[in-house]
Amino acid sequence: MSFFGFGQSADIDIVLNDAETRKKAEHKTEDGRKDKYFLFFDGETVSGKVNVTLKNPGKRLEHNGIKIEFIGQIELYYDRGNHHEFVSLVKDLARPGELTQSQTFDFEFTHVEKPYESYTGQNVKLRYFLRATISRRLNDISKELDIVVHTLSTYPELNSSIKMEVGIEDCLHIEFEYNKSKYHLKDVIVGKIYFLLVRIKIKHMEIDIIKRETTGTGPNVYHENDTIAKYEIMDGAPVRGESIPIRLFLAGYEMTPTMRDINKKFSVRYYLNLVLIDEEERRYFKQQEITLWRKGDIVRKSMSHQAAIASQRFEGSSTADRFQDQSKEDSS
Amino acid sequence: MSEPAVADTRRLNSKPQDLMDAYGPPSNFLEIDVYDPQTVGVGRNRYTTYEVRMRTNLPIFKLKDSCVRRRYSDFEWLKNELERDSKIVVPPLPGKALKRQLPFRGDEGIFEESFIEERRVGLEQFINRIAGHPLAQNERCLHMFLQEESIDRNYIPGKVRQKDNTDCWSRPMYIYFYFMSY
Repeated sequence: MSFFGFGQSADIDIVLNDAETRKKAEHKTEDGRKDKYFLFFDGETVSGKVNVTLKNPGKRLEHNGIKIEFIGQIELYYDRGNHHEFVSLVKDLARPGELTQSQTFDFEFTHVEKPYESYTGQNVKLRYFLRATISRRLNDISKELDIVVHTLSTYPELNSSIKMEVGIEDCLHIEFEYNKSKYHLKDVIVGKIYFLLVRIKIKHMEIDIIKRETTGTGPNVYHENDTIAKYEIMDGAPVRGESIPIRLFLAGYEMTPTMRDINKKFSVRYYLNLVLIDEEERRYFKQQEITLWRKGDIVRKSMSHQAAIASQRFEGSSTADRFQDQSKEDSS
Repeated sequence: MSEPAVADTRRLNSKPQDLMDAYGPPSNFLEIDVYDPQTVGVGRNRYTTYEVRMRTNLPIFKLKDSCVRRRYSDFEWLKNELERDSKIVVPPLPGKALKRQLPFRGDEGIFEESFIEERRVGLEQFINRIAGHPLAQNERCLHMFLQEESIDRNYIPGKVRQKDNTDCWSRPMYIYFYFMSY
């Protein structure tokens, strides 16, 4: 007869095969802490071992099967009961039976599709994890191992600048320009604000980066706005014809890539908000969406020749070389 | 391979500023003074008027230098008109001081010098905040208050249309700016 233990009779543990070599990435948890997790990319194989350790070596462990799952799911905080799984893979490790001693099982999920980036937000969480389970009659024994997935992109083919003339009739006309519409997470926003007409008394001007997390659909759409950065670009009153430069380094801020309608459940979008404040604390603002993307750290050998050239062109390395040559000539 | 290239952070090109624009008088001059309180009338029909003098170079105002006399109830009228017709959040006026109008006070009540000075400062702050607001500048009531000899309470409320036919904006200009309240 089986023994109805009230404690766990076995420990279960998941260890990845490349735990020594695989990079870890920091990721925010729901309660605001930052922890490190193994970093995976789309298409990578997830393989490792499940160690089942019997607590009482003499006692047999009867079970209804041992399995390991790889799960990618979206959790909406207001609807915790429903997890929306978009990736669900399972490998059976042992058929129903009994374990007489501690045992290790190998597993491999080959070339797993991980279409979305891991995200922990204000109202929604997208996570990937391995879950090893020993099924039993009364209660299962299970263990989860969370991983973090990053989605990488390469330099977009089309990346037009944002240039617009806005204002209030006869009071304030400005032309603003941002050098790109798509920025990677360690990019620099280079731009300018040109004053065409100034008939109000401006005190200062700033650029805010706003993150908007949208959850829900139809009439239940909910937007959560969060001002990630406030960056003053001008102090004092400008006059007509003045041009104020913008140079905003994104690497200093905690941001994610732009996520649009992920699995039809949520979106995370970013906006630049240009704010002018006059002497009576009145605020004039213009919001503009930008697309953020994640650049891979290493230029991989598998990257095509064209993509390598494209990245050099946008980084300005060729022009930098030209300037270097010029100064060499001047000094000689 | 090679170390990561540095991002190009050079400034975007822009037109050099015209020296006349840089050193000329700014086009946002607007100053309103509320001063010279005078008590008018006798006995229980007395009231105080203030001189309201506006100097400006904003083209929306017909007169660049105007001078009128106004009393507290005129300011109240302006506040009510703006609250009804414009979308702005109108700043507060200095208090009505009803207690000061009761009899058997030890002092001069609403004609007490210190009270009049306090009220004068509050009215000056109020009118400067209002007149500098681009949405308030569109209202006929504001122009009438500041630049016409007397306030016609039977006037037809409306907006001031600044249609300057010599304006050369050929490109369409989209007015996206929004106001938040004070």
